[in-house]
Amino acid sequence: MFSLDLQTVLPEVILSVYAMVALMAGVYTTKDKSAGLLIWATAAMFTLMAFLIATREGTDPAFFNSFIDDGFARFAKVTILLSAAVVLVMSQEYLARRNLLRFEYPVLVTLAVVGMMVMVSAGDLMVLYMGIELQSLAMYVVASLRRDSEKSTEAGLKYFVLGALSSGLMLYGASLVYGFAGTTQFEGIFIATALGAPLGLIFGLVFLMVGFAFKVSAAPFHMWTPDVYEGAPTPVTAFMATAPKVAAIALFARVVYDGFGGVVGDWQQIVAFLSLVSVFWGGVAAIGQTNIKRLMAYSSIAHMGFALMGLASGTAFGVQAMLIYMAIYVTMNIGTFAFILSMERDGRPVTDINALHMYSRYAPMRALAMLVLLFSLAGVPPMVGFFGKLYVLRAAYEGGLTWLAILGVIASVIGAFYYLRIVYYMYFGEEGEALDTGTSPLLWGVLMASAAVMVFGVINLFGIEPLAAAAAATLVN
Amino acid sequence: MMDAYLAEAPIGLEHYLTVAAALFVIGIFGLFLNRKNVIIILMSIELMLLAVNINFVAFSAYLGDLVGQVFTLFVLTVAAAEAAIGLAILVCFFRIRGSIEVEDVNVMKG
Repeated sequence: MFSLDLQTVLPEVILSVYAMVALMAGVYTTKDKSAGLLIWATAAMFTLMAFLIATREGTDPAFFNSFIDDGFARFAKVTILLSAAVVLVMSQEYLARRNLLRFEYPVLVTLAVVGMMVMVSAGDLMVLYMGIELQSLAMYVVASLRRDSEKSTEAGLKYFVLGALSSGLMLYGASLVYGFAGTTQFEGIFIATALGAPLGLIFGLVFLMVGFAFKVSAAPFHMWTPDVYEGAPTPVTAFMATAPKVAAIALFARVVYDGFGGVVGDWQQIVAFLSLVSVFWGGVAAIGQTNIKRLMAYSSIAHMGFALMGLASGTAFGVQAMLIYMAIYVTMNIGTFAFILSMERDGRPVTDINALHMYSRYAPMRALAMLVLLFSLAGVPPMVGFFGKLYVLRAAYEGGLTWLAILGVIASVIGAFYYLRIVYYMYFGEEGEALDTGTSPLLWGVLMASAAVMVFGVINLFGIEPLAAAAAATLVN
Repeated sequence: MMDAYLAEAPIGLEHYLTVAAALFVIGIFGLFLNRKNVIIILMSIELMLLAVNINFVAFSAYLGDLVGQVFTLFVLTVAAAEAAIGLAILVCFFRIRGSIEVEDVNVMKG
């Protein structure tokens, strides 16, 4: 029995052992000299684990149902692992040129990824907490990776304080849920709420959801996002905008369905509220921003709002739409950050969008790729981003939340403004100082691949639709 | 006198929950109303986590179920790790700014 359990958690165990071995090897041998190699090794490890996980089938609960390996967890894990691998590889050159290439970076990212994998597989409030903390603690450190910079340390500090606050709120919720359900297992909570949830459980659920809203950076709990995105080194920002978001939103879905799937009406309104505030705040607050990293922060807030819209519908189709949306979101963001990482003038990173004036004149291919990505982020048909939005809006409509779907469309039109403004600068801006035209072939490749996915994905979304449907079916039943 | 009172109304679950809720709220207020020092923020976070621990232990005793106490041990351990990381980041911050006033955490705004 125990060996079967271990087999279920094998990918997590392998990655944890790998992280510890890599740390020891780094400390006792070459220190930062081998950091570049370690980044590639870690990315290879992630890819390998993604394939290992993708070949699995069925639902395997382990350790008395406190850890669940099912289709839903696997979909999220593969997305997390692959996106983390790509982001790691993308970050190497940037870090190396700014003297930030430390061997701790891939190790911490590995630990964060293990935390995320535990999060999406959690079947118990304890496992959930340990997963979230492992992820968060590693992320606090990588946010302040550039420890000689004012902005990076401040970002780390802010992230830490607000992250700890959200963990505290979530834990308080967990304690109330434990007290009123008499168990920390999601299965037990589901049984305890069979005849409707008592008031104490609802309180606990609300606290839990506030904690999750912090982690997915849904408005009105998004305050940390713009500052942390701006202050953290750009590769770290790219990482924060992709894998942890998938993990947090998958965890959100896991808790509300596995634990509170019997009382959908009790959490549906809260998720709908979070979704509505996020899509509007993400769209409106970004208009005044000129820093592209802050802009991406508000963009991610709005995108999380749309993903939550799928969850708010309370149907299996809604969860499917959410998963598809997250996969598309991650792909778009990787491409966009590949572009941001290559924004330089005289070898120094630039994050002001005013630097992009007339970009298309001297880098037409990259400007075109960025245009495709921005259109996709804004949800302009026929890019793939449009279909992501279409799915969640349809889910909201079919789930009886027509008002939310209509307001979502309005918010996405408002949000389109700031994406299109960048396109305007790139194609019709004023004459100004040009950015560097050279870029590493790797970033160029990632950017082009991501843009190509946004165009050619319209044919069949690369077949993720049935996969997401199968994943959603294991969660909602 | 006191013994007779205690026999009539022993300290029950609700008392523990009230204390925990009060501590938790003090922790949150300490986090938001404090304008002085980042160390106070760390203390407030610790206070919140300890309030949660009281909740867990009280529920555990009330339910006659050990899981709550196991959870408490996990929370204590993680809180220690969290404090270590928070202080480490704070040290880096102090080296650059030469201050840990909350008002000085303001390079980025918007």
